[in-house]
Amino acid sequence: MEIYKADVVIVGGGGAGLRAAIAVAESDPALRIALVSKVYPMRSHTVAAEGGSAGVKKTTDSLEYHFNDTVGGGDWLCEQDVVEYFVAHCTEELTQLEHWGCPWSRTPDGHVNVRAFGGMKIERTWFAADKTGFHMLHTLFQTSIKYPSIKRFDEHFCVDLVVDNGRVQGVVAIEIASGELSLIEARSVVIATGGAGRVFRENTNGGVVTGDGMALAYRHGVPLRDMEFVQYHPTCMPGTGLLFTEACRGEGGFLVNKDGYRYLQDYGLGPAEPTPRNKAMELGPRDRLSQAFWYEQQKGRTIEGLHGSVVHLDLRHLGEEKLRERLPQIYELAEQFMGVDPARAPIPVRPAVHYTMGGILVDGLCAAPLAGLYAAGECSSVGIHGANRLGSNSLSELLVFGKVAGVEAARFAKSVAPGNSASLLRQAQAVEQRILGLKKKTGGTERIATLRKEMAQTMEDGCGIYRLAETMQKTCDKLDELKARFRNVNLEDKSSVWNTEWLLAIELEYQLDVAQAMAYSAINRRESRGAHQRLDGFELRDDVNFLAHSQAHYVADGAPRIDYGPVKITKSQPGTRAYGAAGEKAEQERKASHV
Amino acid sequence: MSDNQKVIEIEVLRYHPEKDKEPHKQVFEVPFTDDMSVLQGVQYIKDYLDGSLSFRWSCRMAICGSCGMMINGEPSLSCQTFLRDYYPARVRVEALSHFPIERDLVINMEGFMEKLESIQPYIIPKEPRTLQEGEYLQTPEQLNEYEQFSSCINCLLCYAACPQFGLNSSFIGPAATALLHRYNVDSRDGGKAERMELINSEEGVFNCTAVGYCSEVCPKHVDPANAVNQNKTISAADYFLRFLTPKGGAK
Repeated sequence: MEIYKADVVIVGGGGAGLRAAIAVAESDPALRIALVSKVYPMRSHTVAAEGGSAGVKKTTDSLEYHFNDTVGGGDWLCEQDVVEYFVAHCTEELTQLEHWGCPWSRTPDGHVNVRAFGGMKIERTWFAADKTGFHMLHTLFQTSIKYPSIKRFDEHFCVDLVVDNGRVQGVVAIEIASGELSLIEARSVVIATGGAGRVFRENTNGGVVTGDGMALAYRHGVPLRDMEFVQYHPTCMPGTGLLFTEACRGEGGFLVNKDGYRYLQDYGLGPAEPTPRNKAMELGPRDRLSQAFWYEQQKGRTIEGLHGSVVHLDLRHLGEEKLRERLPQIYELAEQFMGVDPARAPIPVRPAVHYTMGGILVDGLCAAPLAGLYAAGECSSVGIHGANRLGSNSLSELLVFGKVAGVEAARFAKSVAPGNSASLLRQAQAVEQRILGLKKKTGGTERIATLRKEMAQTMEDGCGIYRLAETMQKTCDKLDELKARFRNVNLEDKSSVWNTEWLLAIELEYQLDVAQAMAYSAINRRESRGAHQRLDGFELRDDVNFLAHSQAHYVADGAPRIDYGPVKITKSQPGTRAYGAAGEKAEQERKASHV
Repeated sequence: MSDNQKVIEIEVLRYHPEKDKEPHKQVFEVPFTDDMSVLQGVQYIKDYLDGSLSFRWSCRMAICGSCGMMINGEPSLSCQTFLRDYYPARVRVEALSHFPIERDLVINMEGFMEKLESIQPYIIPKEPRTLQEGEYLQTPEQLNEYEQFSSCINCLLCYAACPQFGLNSSFIGPAATALLHRYNVDSRDGGKAERMELINSEEGVFNCTAVGYCSEVCPKHVDPANAVNQNKTISAADYFLRFLTPKGGAK
């Protein structure tokens, strides 16, 4: 087994991982950084983010507004001290990215332009056309090449953490091209592996989004927090789930039902006006819009398509020129994948799973409750999204907390002595035996793809936009069954070079753990809040019993243990979450009561 | 599966270095619907017919750049190429041309990564600026100078299309030249002189014979041939200027 010695290992080469790597390199060029990614970094799923990244920019905007939008948008399940830090650092980080070359869209006088986004009071979403994530990722990746202390392990798949003497001291990874395992020793580890949306059937996520890092930490006793909160994005391509950015609506697009009616006005988001008003109608938050779709479907006011019910995203009134300039990728997706010219016909859309609000429990400095372990980005739960993330907060999160994780991991690495290499190697060899064993095993009868599809279907059935105890219980039972059947899995491919069937099996095992954490956290939350909505007697938010973060603890060969932790409130007491005209009235009343 | 389900034949070039002396073809029958991409066809093979087939993919929406393949001999992103356009004929899928095959449809792209790293693909500031001073001003016209060249997704279709790269794999090639050009013409950048040494070198732009197929296959309208040709002009100007000016022309 090959052994590499690093000071900081970063697992994941997307936006958060790259930002963390650069932060380590800048904080001390002498630290040896290993950046481990199962794909070439520019393939990471940050690449698919479209609409933009939030940071206060306009003189009419303020940090307080961004804070209020985020905390209210999260249905008060946010760590408010962390949100305060977040909003105060977004603009600086976005400016840093500008200095590194990100092609932000500009105003005629050369300043960075901002656009409107759902749930945001003032336009504060920085954008690079509708390929913001792509440009941010490539800018970070290309900038990372400047730093000689970052050693990349591209197409290396991390299969375990090595924990010794009470702290994490490295990782074990498969080199995909050879199938060989390596131990990478380190004094601290940052997990930045992204979300887990692929545990659901219809989703916007790339194939790589399988919750790997969440499962790695979880199996070593780190709780997964708020996993029941899974975001459905309201405007996705039927069948594939591919994303049509919220910026379609930020630029003025309408959502209409089969009668051409802007139905959101029936769900507390009105009044309907010809141009978008912030925090109203199509610029409401994602949870509310996806829920409104569900009700329209129940009422029979959606349109039947090949891949289920749809509504129409109507961009025609924006005109071809503006669409080509502001939403060029959306234009091509609609044309090439659906045969729809969005300047001339509405785009059929339906909600799909998009984002994992919960993740690895970390504090405001990205530290997990396992010494030496840090996490940032979608895999983590640092506490800014609460029960529902606002669009354009996640790209900013990658930057702000990627940097924090890097700085803190560097500081920790310098504060501890190198570990006991012999002990680390013994552990790594045990991991190697287990991982190779999965491949060598014979006599199994279950197909990976079958188990994966059954998992994704049961997650959609039980943990969708609206939830019932009965169906959630079925999902929990089904996941228990799938975990049992996984032990009987059969791999056709026993070889070493580029054995993706083997990797898919390891990913599936990660996914089943993460799916269990989601389903069991969901069934235990007996209230409705943000993206977790119930129809079985728990339709209301219950701040007495559930103004609390769920924490799922791994139990080997059993169901996760769920308990709850406190929510940090600094300056915003839980209030009514209202949008549209009702939201404006509520805000005025709040202000009046403070006078 | 209903009775009227259409079935298409997908011929895949297989190669496994642990057991094959050379690549060989294998044909699979894949049921499909009109909205299915070639990638989805290949995924069907892996899920239901042969779990040992290896290929790269991720985003499914032509932005991650992973799933480039030769489809009926043309470099294509398999996620945005559709089976319906080949049916009822057989569709042929092979690893991208001009690259060593690691296994099946997976190519070795280490050489490209080295090229990408070699061109200093990051801003070398013309005028350093602190974060407190805020953003650099850049007008939409200045953005327009390089935006197209910044849209490269590194899918390598242009290398598979480039006859010169096929003959000489050390040629810096279309995508890396486009990226180099992207930074050189960014109003914030002052690193052109450093980068031009590579362009003028033996691996540089003069390898290009102006076939232009690279731009034709580019799924993102980057037009790398344009970048290469602009750099030929710049490079030629450099060549003459270096006799006339003390700094050798490039600045």
